[in-house]
Amino acid sequence: MNPVNYLYLAAVLFTIGATGVLIRRNAIVLFMCIELMLNACNLAFVAFSRMHGNLDGQIIAFFTMVVAAAEVVVGLAIIVSLFRTRHSASVDDASLMKL
Amino acid sequence: MTAQLAAYTTSTGEAVQFWILGTIAVIGALCTVFLKKAVHAALSLAGTMIVLAVFYLANGAYFLGIVQIVVYTGAIMMLFLFVVMLVGVTAADSLKETIKGQRWLAALCGLGFGVLLLAGIANASLKDFAGTGRANANGNVAGLASVIFTKYVYAFELTGALLITAAVGAMVLTHRERTERARTQRELSERRVREGTYVPPLPAPGVYARHNAVDIAGLLPDGTPSELTVNRTLRERGQIRDVSAEALSDLKALERRAAERLERPQIPATFKRTEEASQ
Amino acid sequence: MENLIALLIAAPLLGAAVLLVGGRRLDAVGHWLGTLLAAVSFVIGLVLFAGLLGRGADDRTVTQHLFSWIPVAGFQADVTFRLDQLSMTFVLLITGVGSLIHLYSVGYMEHDERRRRFFGYLNLFLAAMLLLVLADNYLLLYVGWEGVGLASYLLIGFWQHKPSAATAAKKAFLVNRVGDVGLSIAIMLMFTTFGTFAFGPVLDQVGDTSEGRLTAIGLMLLLAACGKSAQVPLQSWLGDAMEGPTPVSALIHAATMVTAGVYLIVRSGALFDAAPDAQLAVTVVGAVTLLFGAIVGCAKDDIKKALAGSTMSQIGYMVLAAGLGPIGYAFAIMHLVTHGFFKAGLFLGAGSVMHGMNDEVDMRAYGGLRKYMPVTFVTFGLGYLAIIGFPGLSGFFSKDKIIEAAFAKGGTEGWILGGAALLGAAITAFYMTRVMLMTFFGEERWRHRTTPEGTPHPHESPKVMTIPMIVLAVGSVFGGAFFSVGDRFLHWLEPVTGHSEGHPPVGAATVTAATLVCLVIGVAVAWAQYGRKPVPAVAPRGSLLTRAARRDLLQDDFNHVVLVRGGEHLTRSLVYVDHHLVDGAVGGTAAAMGGLSARLRRVQNGFARSYAVSMFGGAALLIAATLLMRAV
Repeated sequence: MNPVNYLYLAAVLFTIGATGVLIRRNAIVLFMCIELMLNACNLAFVAFSRMHGNLDGQIIAFFTMVVAAAEVVVGLAIIVSLFRTRHSASVDDASLMKL
Repeated sequence: MTAQLAAYTTSTGEAVQFWILGTIAVIGALCTVFLKKAVHAALSLAGTMIVLAVFYLANGAYFLGIVQIVVYTGAIMMLFLFVVMLVGVTAADSLKETIKGQRWLAALCGLGFGVLLLAGIANASLKDFAGTGRANANGNVAGLASVIFTKYVYAFELTGALLITAAVGAMVLTHRERTERARTQRELSERRVREGTYVPPLPAPGVYARHNAVDIAGLLPDGTPSELTVNRTLRERGQIRDVSAEALSDLKALERRAAERLERPQIPATFKRTEEASQ
Repeated sequence: MENLIALLIAAPLLGAAVLLVGGRRLDAVGHWLGTLLAAVSFVIGLVLFAGLLGRGADDRTVTQHLFSWIPVAGFQADVTFRLDQLSMTFVLLITGVGSLIHLYSVGYMEHDERRRRFFGYLNLFLAAMLLLVLADNYLLLYVGWEGVGLASYLLIGFWQHKPSAATAAKKAFLVNRVGDVGLSIAIMLMFTTFGTFAFGPVLDQVGDTSEGRLTAIGLMLLLAACGKSAQVPLQSWLGDAMEGPTPVSALIHAATMVTAGVYLIVRSGALFDAAPDAQLAVTVVGAVTLLFGAIVGCAKDDIKKALAGSTMSQIGYMVLAAGLGPIGYAFAIMHLVTHGFFKAGLFLGAGSVMHGMNDEVDMRAYGGLRKYMPVTFVTFGLGYLAIIGFPGLSGFFSKDKIIEAAFAKGGTEGWILGGAALLGAAITAFYMTRVMLMTFFGEERWRHRTTPEGTPHPHESPKVMTIPMIVLAVGSVFGGAFFSVGDRFLHWLEPVTGHSEGHPPVGAATVTAATLVCLVIGVAVAWAQYGRKPVPAVAPRGSLLTRAARRDLLQDDFNHVVLVRGGEHLTRSLVYVDHHLVDGAVGGTAAAMGGLSARLRRVQNGFARSYAVSMFGGAALLIAATLLMRAV
């Protein structure tokens, strides 16, 4: 097997995550889809790390994880306060525009 | 097996593992997107992440593989679950699309993006795999540490600052300052009496000693569920389970059977459910 | 002495400024101040004249450079004044006659509460006209030209409370604008042709320029002259301009305004000499106008309008002479000066008559006035004799010369032009005799007329009015003889206009005799019609020609049908085009943009996921672009 397959898998996961962001309305699920995309990227980085024979890719994946953790903390805090005021976790409800 | 071939092929064991776990990862991802309930989606995502952790290990990223399991699956995904519980574990997300054409556009973009990305990878000349053997010569963790604390030390420090900021931010976002003294129970009951609102203790949930879950509303004498019996948080989430119809049909069946056994005409219902009467 | 030239203009300009800005404080002395400044200007003119006489004949062109007006690369316009024999003649005429008219107005406008303003306008008129004749280039001349137009507008419409006066002022202004367009085009053509518009360089370069260009410039100048001098086809404003106070009419007809056209043509003489077609057009316009004005003058019962027709006719003589080239320039100016005297006298006389007749202007309501206003009668009579060309009086000399010069043009043209001039002389004699007879002789018809102020009590005007009339009458009597003795005037002007002796196909004596015969015939016919028979109090219906002449030979009707009606149709179609085509295009564009925006607005629906789709699609496109670039 060619290790490039990891990249294909990462691409597929990334696309699935992105599509999920587009079609789900629940902010929590939406967040999960974003996490999925980040993980797909991490997989790609790890595969690149193997490809180039150095650890830089793994470092980047590590940083991504840290940033994702920070992002999740803030994002979930936002969702909770949004839920408190609106009693809904739907991202569509945040739209107050007339159509 | 020549050296060149070794550069871009892996062992058969890894191939088998890839194809099995890769399928599971894709299925988990699809479930994350398409399952109605957030808690199911979270669990599916956790599964995918564990699979990815295995792949990290297979790629020589031992540290990351463990971190993936401990931090990602163990901490972050549990944080997700925590919030899901807070928001309402059973609250099913309606999958019905409200924005016109959004789903078609999303599908089209997703398909196009995926195809293009795959084509891009296929197009790139990724023949040469160095492998992580040399980089991991002193152990993966030691190798990572030597890079992080030399080459990436500033970025590392910055991520520390980022994490602190995020923690403070989360606290700021969720913290609500209490601007007035909390009322005592005595004051609350006095206010209820003064305002003439519901004075006695709230009725308990549950029906006929058959259902005593907190999310099942108690029934009024006419058979309608009383929302007063259910906790306000559940009410607001819309997580009341209405068993009144079931209870009423049970009651009706019981009466019919009783009438059949006693061979007497069925008693006309002297009272009806309020909804029926009003119809 | 050249430093005095600017003062010529400055004096009346100062008067206008002070009088118009000064306000009511000056009401008591304003008229005397205006008159004084006009007189100051005249005195300066006399000093300059004496200075010029002290120089040699070829050294009499004095210029004063005041300041550089528009100094742009390739475009140089200076405020420079040029005083030569031609300008000097005009300056003396304008300031002299103008001062007399100022003096007369003191009496005439005595009861008008806006007299101060009137004098301000009169001073402005003088200043503008002086600027016009003293300018050293066509652009500065244009400033004066427009100033004259403005002042005439203000004065003709001075009694603006009368709708007819307001309309007449507007008409004069508009018709003058047509001529002004001609002048501005001529100036532009000059600039593109010669690169300058100073008189000297322009007229010097005439020889090196194509005749077509010169003809175009000449025709445009002619158009300008037609507008200012009330020549056919732009003469229609002159009759209506009688709505202004009588001194204004006198000023317009004698000293300023209408003479500007003649000045322009004579000043541009070298240019016209090189463009025979334009020159021919000038003579034709002059000939047509002199007959046109004369015929109109015959039919008018309004004394001022009859005189207006006469002015038109006399200016026609001048334009005809100016069109004849060097054989006529001097005579055109000479006739202009003598005409200035007698026409001013006639108008002031007419004003005096009106003054004594409760502002009645209908000659059929006059009659036998000679007993009641003897001074007016005598001065008016002398002016009358002068204008019909009674031998020995000023009109005789100047008009006779013009008729001679017309015949001297030679060929068929000469005969036609000369014939027209002769016929005009006869008609002039007729209508002026008619005016004279109807006003001062015959039955006292005014006794049967009642005006709003009762039956008029004819009386002589005060001295302040009669003195200018007497002075002008003296000029009317002796001016021509003074100028003609030893061809004084001719020699005076010759360095500027040049002169060439014409060779009339018939002798000068014959022409003079024919003129006299025409004169006698005209007077006799008028006597037969208005002297022997009583004048009907109501105008008879008259022949077709009379009726047409009463309506200014249908000039206004022609203008209305051809220009106004055509203009209305043009405007209407333009409005239609504007509404449907222009507005449609603009409105359509706006509506299209609006519709497009309304549709595009839907993209901004406020849903974060919608925006995410756009981002995602954009990312997909970026990948596609990258791949394409790699493939290429």
